[in-house]
Amino acid sequence: MKVRAQFAFVFNLDKCIGCHTCSVTCKNTWTNRKGVEYVWFNNVESKPGIGYPKQWENQEKWKGGWMLNSGKLELKSGGRMSKLLNIFANPDLPQIDDYYEPFTYNYARLQNAPLSEAAPTARPLSMITGDPIEKITWGPNWEDDLAGEFSKRSIDKNLDNIQKDMLGQFENTFNLYLPRICNHCLNPACVAACPSGSLYKREEDGIVLVDQDKCRGWRFCMSACPYKKVYYNWESGKAEKCIACYPRVESGMPTICSESCVGRIRYNGIMLYDADRIEAMASTQNEQDLYEAQCSIFLDPNDPAVIAAARAEGINEDWIIAAQKSPIYKMAIDWKIAFPLHPEFRTLPMVWYVPPLSPVQSQIDQGNLPVGPDGAIPLASAMRTPTKYLANLFTAGKEEPIRSSLNRLIAMRSYQRSVHVEGVADTRALEAAGITEDQAKEMYRYLAIANYEDRYVIPTGHEEERMEDAYGFQGQNGFTFGNNSSAGISKVTLFPRRRKETLEPAELAPSADKS
Amino acid sequence: MNESMYSWNNLIFGIYPYLCLTVFVIGSWIRFDREQYGWTSASSQLLSTAGLRLSSNLFHIGVIGIFFGHLVGLLAPYAIWDTIGLSSLGKQSIAMYGGGFLGILCLIGGAMLMWRRMTNPRVRATSRSSDIFILAWVLVTLLFGLATTFTTAHHAAQGSADTMMALAQWAKSIVLFSPQPELVANAEMVFRVHLFFGLSLFLLFPFTRLVHIWSFPIGYLTRSYQIVRTKRRIAQ
Repeated sequence: MKVRAQFAFVFNLDKCIGCHTCSVTCKNTWTNRKGVEYVWFNNVESKPGIGYPKQWENQEKWKGGWMLNSGKLELKSGGRMSKLLNIFANPDLPQIDDYYEPFTYNYARLQNAPLSEAAPTARPLSMITGDPIEKITWGPNWEDDLAGEFSKRSIDKNLDNIQKDMLGQFENTFNLYLPRICNHCLNPACVAACPSGSLYKREEDGIVLVDQDKCRGWRFCMSACPYKKVYYNWESGKAEKCIACYPRVESGMPTICSESCVGRIRYNGIMLYDADRIEAMASTQNEQDLYEAQCSIFLDPNDPAVIAAARAEGINEDWIIAAQKSPIYKMAIDWKIAFPLHPEFRTLPMVWYVPPLSPVQSQIDQGNLPVGPDGAIPLASAMRTPTKYLANLFTAGKEEPIRSSLNRLIAMRSYQRSVHVEGVADTRALEAAGITEDQAKEMYRYLAIANYEDRYVIPTGHEEERMEDAYGFQGQNGFTFGNNSSAGISKVTLFPRRRKETLEPAELAPSADKS
Repeated sequence: MNESMYSWNNLIFGIYPYLCLTVFVIGSWIRFDREQYGWTSASSQLLSTAGLRLSSNLFHIGVIGIFFGHLVGLLAPYAIWDTIGLSSLGKQSIAMYGGGFLGILCLIGGAMLMWRRMTNPRVRATSRSSDIFILAWVLVTLLFGLATTFTTAHHAAQGSADTMMALAQWAKSIVLFSPQPELVANAEMVFRVHLFFGLSLFLLFPFTRLVHIWSFPIGYLTRSYQIVRTKRRIAQ
């Protein structure tokens, strides 16, 4: 057992209102730069829909993620040799138009137009060429709230195996929001596909990053990521991706998308997992078993054996405590109400989702929906979003775990309703859904109240322990004496190196709590 | 040949090669050390992929083939050719047909790339002037190189491989640090212009996107798929 800690997320789709505040705060923080105008580390899609970039979920088209090649895990886009042979022109690379041509408006025109009868207009301009765009035909959220014809939307991969003709009719239509960021996978395909070795996973928190100095712009990460969450900066010629706001997270703050979420749908926390089992679990034969396989890779942070193994791996005490209080562990493992996005891509993603309930209030009011024992809250099977659709998103099509999750969410409501409306605790729905009264109360606290300190349990980074020479570092942090972006990286440099290290012996005293 | 022409010949084929090679090595090293963020293939495939599968592959395969062809043809010791029983005329015809073929592949690909770079609005708008300049320089070098095959064909028709042998001897003299610029002084102008453009590529190399050639990721073939970086000090 090799215990590693992973910074993970849960997004509670039941409360997502599709306001895009996450996208905007993320954009303003990280991708408001030349070359990445088209890039949204965080985007929110309306489902059903083909998403951003177009049809990203269709791996027959994009060849993202992993596949089993006679039982062995291999990149769907091909192995190492095929990467080198295709290096001059990546056959699976999305085009800028698959995302969208980024645009702004000629706002200056509004101020400098000559006096005229009609109000002046600000025409759209391409942010790549600067030329006017006659008509904007696609954007990062073109299908917002089911905009456009059903026929175009219906090529959504998640509608496979579903009688979709019916879903085009107004009275059968359904809509859910899917906020997406990098999944910081346990088995990242982008890292595996990078010929330069510039992408890497951080050991201490599992955040996946691109080494901007090492990236050579070979572009295989973009096509290998099945979520299409690695982007190409056309200005710098380097790949860029969601960095899980690591400068904030290292200081114990939630990511900016999570912090700014008005619906309080985002949870940040630590998961402990067994890194020795990654390959075996990602190679699970039946793709419908991948969700359970991924659940089984997580370690119980309260198990003394796990705690001992975590300490042996050098995981700090406060990280272990954070893992024990992790909202992610509660939702994914204790309550089994959260799921990974498309586990069939075999990357073991670490942004999990609580599926949305979708009753139609007017139908409930008119008593048209079958209800549970409380006589008020409709059954999971009566939800508007087909469970098969949710299953295609979260469990490779296996409906049972989704139904169980929805039932638990409903049971929690039914229980709370009985307490607050009837004045008596009716636990029948809880029993049917297989959760205890205490669990239901805790679920209510985490999902409905969603206090800040419950949503974000983030231990700070331990840079101080990793520092070779604390004294030499003192008074140096932030001072680079010029040349700060290119201080030299090679072992042997042509130029004199500025020496920072102190001559004082750096032997650390043994910890007081170890005899 | 008068005295001033000898001086020019010495400068360009006796001294300039060392200037180019020094800038090539030291310049690449400095850039690698100090400016990694700018070290990239600078791909524009995101902006326009149409035709790139053909043009980029033709260009790169041609250029790589030509580079190694020159390397082996110019610098391999004569003993090797003797051992395998290849006459200098035979070697010359391999250089002519093989080089000509690869050169045409490269020219087709390169011309397509140039056309794309100049006419695709997105690629044009995001190109740096150095991107256009270096592609143009490579293409001009290539055109002069292709032009030499006709001159060589003329030599071959007369049963002579002397010019080619002299050029190889000159290249060897450069890398063995005993430059003999006089060896190329009597070669036709087209050879000398081609040499000048080719040598200059080494001079221009560190200042352009050509540096990505150094980074061809051959190590990927033997690397494990996953990379985990630790900040922990590994226990001694």
